[in-house]
Amino acid sequence: MAAADKVDPIHQFQIHPIIPLHIGGYDVSFTNSSLFMVVTIVLASAFLYMSTASRALIPGRLQSISEMAYEFVGNMLRDAAGKQGMQFFPLVFSLFMFVLVANLIGLFPYFFTVTSHIIVTFTLAVLVIGTVIVYGFAKHGFGFLKLFVPHGVPGYLLPLVVAIEVISFVSRPVSLSVRLFANMLAGHITLKVFSGFVVSLSAFGALGIAGSVLPLAMAVALSALELLVAFLQAYVFAVLTCMYLNDALHPSH
Amino acid sequence: MFVTSAYAQESAPAAAEGDTHAGTAVPAAEHEAFPPFDAKTFPSQILWLVITFGLFYLFLKRVVMPRLGGIIDVRNDRITQDLDHAARLKGEADAAVAAYEQELAEAKANANKIGQQANDAAKAQAEDTRKKLEAELEKKLGEAEASIASIKAKAMKEVGTIAEDTTSAIVEALVGGKTDKSEIAAAVKSASR
Repeated sequence: MAAADKVDPIHQFQIHPIIPLHIGGYDVSFTNSSLFMVVTIVLASAFLYMSTASRALIPGRLQSISEMAYEFVGNMLRDAAGKQGMQFFPLVFSLFMFVLVANLIGLFPYFFTVTSHIIVTFTLAVLVIGTVIVYGFAKHGFGFLKLFVPHGVPGYLLPLVVAIEVISFVSRPVSLSVRLFANMLAGHITLKVFSGFVVSLSAFGALGIAGSVLPLAMAVALSALELLVAFLQAYVFAVLTCMYLNDALHPSH
Repeated sequence: MFVTSAYAQESAPAAAEGDTHAGTAVPAAEHEAFPPFDAKTFPSQILWLVITFGLFYLFLKRVVMPRLGGIIDVRNDRITQDLDHAARLKGEADAAVAAYEQELAEAKANANKIGQQANDAAKAQAEDTRKKLEAELEKKLGEAEASIASIKAKAMKEVGTIAEDTTSAIVEALVGGKTDKSEIAAAVKSASR
């Protein structure tokens, strides 16, 4: 029974309060999820802060990593949204670093993965789309609605096209959040399942231990894949953010 | 707020459904919904995400990004400065090379001119000497020819008297007696014609 509990692949996503806290009828306890959010930002901030402390003209390894991340996101945003988009650089850079570091921390065994919860990724996506909407209306007024009316579409098709554009815009926060969440969730479940096989097979004596080599190899390969996915999903999140911000800057595409 | 309440409503029946399923299979452990969809944890996660991400955003915007941007700008400035410096030095080097080449060309032209002049002078002198020598030789030749001519003329004259003397002697010996000098001279003259 205890062994079965251990292998339960969902167990790793459970949230339990560390410091119980209730405000206005809502449970806002400081949980293991909150703890790892704090760990994420502290690690990321500390790395970025300390690696650049010497402000070396010729960067060391750690400073190079920080500079690479900075220029990587900067170029991404400039390519997608142009020079004007650079005002959102802090937002995109902090989103990228937050998601990346949260994903990477989640790869350690027994560590909680902040981004494996839909509400976290959804909140981040709402932040992005909220920024797009607020900035779009503030800058272009109702001209922002041109986003839903593409150029050169014949009049009789317009209602259909506008409906499609609106639906695609509304589905953006959903797809943005679900993509990241589902990748992290599925990856961690798969890892846990294959690691669980290793444990359960080892219980069947010598033959089982010999057989457990296969799921172990699989778990190793999956760890490498998950490392790639951690980077890739942070990148995808940042790229899509840049593209959506471009819509806020230039609604008439 | 709007989002969370909507999700809370949605997940309530889901939780109940989970309960009925769990009733048959696992009795005690599975009272909760699938954790990522458990709406009870949403307010806490949103609140702490807003707090942590907000702090992270502010820290990056105020501290980290100006610093990183500064480092990269300083480096770029330094690189452009160094490139400018290198370009200037290259320009100077090119100018020096051009000046050197020009000087070399001038020196070559000068050397050619001097050589040409020396050559011409030598030629002219040689020509001069040759002409002088030729003139001198010509003169000597003329003198020699004149003396030869005078000697020849004198000799020819003497030949006439010798012939007359010889003739008179021969005539005296053959004929005997005295001979007329003018007759013999006329005879010699007609014979030598």
